Amino acid sequence: MSAKVLIVDDEKDFLDIIAERISARGMDVSTATSAEDALNMVAKESFDVVIMDFMMPALDGFKALKLMKAEQPEVQIILLTGNVPEEKRIEAKVLGALDVIGKPPDLKKLIEKIKKAKRAKRNARGEKRGRKKK
Amino acid sequence: MRAKLEPVNETGLQFFGQMTASISHEIKNVLAIINENAGLLEDLALMADRGAAIETQRLKKMSMTVMKQVSRADAIVKNMNRLAHSVDDSVKTIDLNDILELLLALSNRFASTRGVAVQPKLKQDPVKLRTSPFLLMNLLWICLDFAMDVAGEDKIVELVTQKTEGGIEVFFKHLGDLSGDLLRPLPAELENGLCELLRAELEVSAGNQEIVVRIAEDIDRD
Repeated sequence: MSAKVLIVDDEKDFLDIIAERISARGMDVSTATSAEDALNMVAKESFDVVIMDFMMPALDGFKALKLMKAEQPEVQIILLTGNVPEEKRIEAKVLGALDVIGKPPDLKKLIEKIKKAKRAKRNARGEKRGRKKK
Repeated sequence: MRAKLEPVNETGLQFFGQMTASISHEIKNVLAIINENAGLLEDLALMADRGAAIETQRLKKMSMTVMKQVSRADAIVKNMNRLAHSVDDSVKTIDLNDILELLLALSNRFASTRGVAVQPKLKQDPVKLRTSPFLLMNLLWICLDFAMDVAGEDKIVELVTQKTEGGIEVFFKHLGDLSGDLLRPLPAELENGLCELLRAELEVSAGNQEIVVRIAEDIDRD
């Protein structure tokens, strides 16, 4: 199951390789090195999943998450983080993040989460269509 | 709660906690890059097993990336070690430039997440002070943290030192408008407590759009 994935991280050495590895597993991957660039991309294109570092220059993960959800409510967002306290993890989920996962990520699990995110997006779309019909 | 820390001890612990949390975040980033390179090597090995050619240039590039990250981690751990040892002596003779250089290295990530650039303009010669290294670093961090929050439109904070008779002044310059309601008062009780212990003075100048910390050359000399 291919998914359209946007990976956002200011650590270019990390971003390039994880993007290549996820692409090699059949996903359609785009990258951005800042949350601002990612927001511009989300405004123009539809992504199934955004995998985004929680702490990046200028715009933190929470703000970027809120703005992305406002732009594309159905987009599924997975936050990546070195360390995050439990309360921030909960807050991220309350704000609409699908998951918060630690760095370094386990690629196998990350691919599973991308597939889960794609299903979640499809379900969200289905619900939206259902609501419109009613 | 029976156990109640003195405010100065509490702020010291908070400072230590903030710095070590930031250091651990940085180390995790380094580990993530090394981990992805190891994963990619595994992918390439699997492809080679199936008959695909391995580009040696690719391997060399990956090896360079890993080496770069190892040296980055080494610098992070060295700074963590310097921070840890700053509590070894409650009072000692230090070079202020060393303290400021360490503080800047530790605050790098805090600056970048705020989109702020800290530009140091330090004295070339050593600036010897007899003081409490950890408390001084804590006070200077509070000022730098505040300065980054109130940085002007171009998001640059200048760090300038200047010798005076009997001490030194550390300026955090080029700040934004300090005349309105600030997010938090500075100096508050906590900073005043630190200043008293360090025989220092802290002043926020709205007119000059700067913060100045005046530090005594010798913490024990009147």
